[in-house]
Amino acid sequence: MELKTIATHRVPVRYYEGGQGRPLVFLHGAGGVEADLGFLDSLASRFHVYAPLVPGYGDSEECPELREMLDFTLHTWDVVDALGIKNPVLVGFSMGGMIASEMAALAPHDVSQLALIAPAGLWLDDHPIPDIFAMMPYDLPKYLFYDEEAGAKALTAGMDLGDPKFLQAFLVQNARQLGAAGKILFPIPERGLAGRLYRIRAKTILIWGESDKLIPPVYAQAFQKNIAGADVVMVPQAGHLVAFEKPAEVVAALSSLS
Amino acid sequence: MRFTWFNLMPWPYLPDDFREKNRSVWVDIDANLFDPVKGHKLYNDYMDLLEYAGTLGYDGIGVNEHHQNGYGLMPSPNLIAAGLARRTDNVALVVLGASIALYNPPLRVAEEFAMLDCISGGRLVAGFPVGTSMDTNYCYGTIPGLTREKYAEAHELIRRAWAEREPFAFNGRYTKLRYVNLWPRPIQQPHPPIHIPGGGSLETFDFCIDNTYSYSYLSFGGYIRGKQLMDNYWQRVAERNAPDTSPYRAGFAQFICVAETDAEAERLYAPHVHYFYNRCLHVYPGFADAPGYRTIKTIQKGVLSQYAPGTLFQEHPWKDLVDNGHVIAGSPETVRQKMEDLIKGLRVGNVFCLMQIGDMPKDKCMYSTRLFAEKVIPKLRNLFPEYADDGRFWCHPLPNRAVPAELGQRPLVGAEA
Repeated sequence: MELKTIATHRVPVRYYEGGQGRPLVFLHGAGGVEADLGFLDSLASRFHVYAPLVPGYGDSEECPELREMLDFTLHTWDVVDALGIKNPVLVGFSMGGMIASEMAALAPHDVSQLALIAPAGLWLDDHPIPDIFAMMPYDLPKYLFYDEEAGAKALTAGMDLGDPKFLQAFLVQNARQLGAAGKILFPIPERGLAGRLYRIRAKTILIWGESDKLIPPVYAQAFQKNIAGADVVMVPQAGHLVAFEKPAEVVAALSSLS
Repeated sequence: MRFTWFNLMPWPYLPDDFREKNRSVWVDIDANLFDPVKGHKLYNDYMDLLEYAGTLGYDGIGVNEHHQNGYGLMPSPNLIAAGLARRTDNVALVVLGASIALYNPPLRVAEEFAMLDCISGGRLVAGFPVGTSMDTNYCYGTIPGLTREKYAEAHELIRRAWAEREPFAFNGRYTKLRYVNLWPRPIQQPHPPIHIPGGGSLETFDFCIDNTYSYSYLSFGGYIRGKQLMDNYWQRVAERNAPDTSPYRAGFAQFICVAETDAEAERLYAPHVHYFYNRCLHVYPGFADAPGYRTIKTIQKGVLSQYAPGTLFQEHPWKDLVDNGHVIAGSPETVRQKMEDLIKGLRVGNVFCLMQIGDMPKDKCMYSTRLFAEKVIPKLRNLFPEYADDGRFWCHPLPNRAVPAELGQRPLVGAEA
């Protein structure tokens, strides 16, 4: 995958690109795209993958004009248009799944295949989603992974919060990335999507880690109920970061779409 | 100098094992720890203390706003200030302040402050905090990355509402009002003096300088640790070519305990100071600073929340807390010397005296409060004689103010009819 930049109406957007085949747009989660780069590499053997970063993620420019859900949705369509892609396979993970759902609901005739990997965007009072904005870094693995130990190792590789320089860089990154994510996820990751899901016409697949402790699998049914003909693929021995823990299974599920 | 007797209103019944058994004193504090019947007595005791301070020669009595917080029982400081307005006179009501970004519409703050100013006869000193991340983001759900924009808009609305005399339309991003027409409006014109509590961000320094507001650092870290931040502020004042360096452009909050001797101060007050530092500041670090609340520029300057991991106080012995300035405690002479260091070192004309500390009982607090008023304040009054006439940052009460009628002596007009 190669990291590139494309101009859009509001800001230059950084995106990863690689592979050959049908165009596929992957929208990352609130944690950023890094954990999914391995998975995207595997995807690139079957698809022409584009993975744009939400402004503020990685080294990309922030975009203060993105304030609410509609801004994020339209901005991401702007990115797809700028990349010159028509009718891509639209894939979104977690926060990216929320954005992808909104895009497909807003422009139902422009998306014919949609894959939502443990998407955010709905809220069930009986199954509250833990507050990622109040978590310490060491709290994250137990919500994100099936194999906590391996996940924690990958997540904290090179991290030393005791080093003031590292801490400052970490806090800046958090402020940039989660500051942007908070516009659509804080304090409750729900912005009315449930009332718009009915508009989605794409063939939709919902992919979930069976042991997801952040957005539990019961949310798969909630999405399925509102999207006509949506299929659910439950991946065993996987948590919220299902594409990180079980990339082959997720690639296989995606391949069944087209 | 202006001395404001400030009450945080802590809950004094947190158990001994509070730290071990609870994640946080703030946001998700165990609601079972609050007892409304004890709360009844406590609110009245705390208001008694504020009123008592108002009789002793303090320039102001101060309240502030916190939510779901074990050391702050004032979700609505304006309610307390309204109560104080009726039973005090000759003392400023310092509301430091109302978190203007949290009200929908923020016009509510303009109205309530106007009411307070009218009821008190122009004794209001208004405060406009952005609010801590705990209050603003975690308790009141404001999106961290939009908090400052929302605050700026609320500020603009309130200032215009106070200033204009014709209904106007306000088309904000967060508040849209067709007919802004403030009724009542404040006595003090063009507006009551405004103080801004801040935690060291450059944006807030500039905001105060640009608007001629007083910058207040309400830290619990004491005047020695606070010096760096206040130095940064004064450096910014110089860089921005402010027209003057009046010390009333700045304020500082300090824990103060006075007794007859240094030894008596330790004996009387140490347990209550320990209660505060060891229980009241036990904030879960995940609530310290929601990502996006603080600007990138501020983080890069190394300004972190005083609740951030590693900045909280652990089990410090009394001697350390006194030596490193967290608490200014001792005999009137000891306290005078250190207060002079604070006032001159930080160049602050406004001092917010935190004298009710942790679970300190009323009688001890009154003792310390009186000693400070009688034996310390008079010696600190005129440290900045060249700015004695600077009235920009303090209230201007009416010369003749209404006095509340005595209970039972109310005229029963029309009672015979």
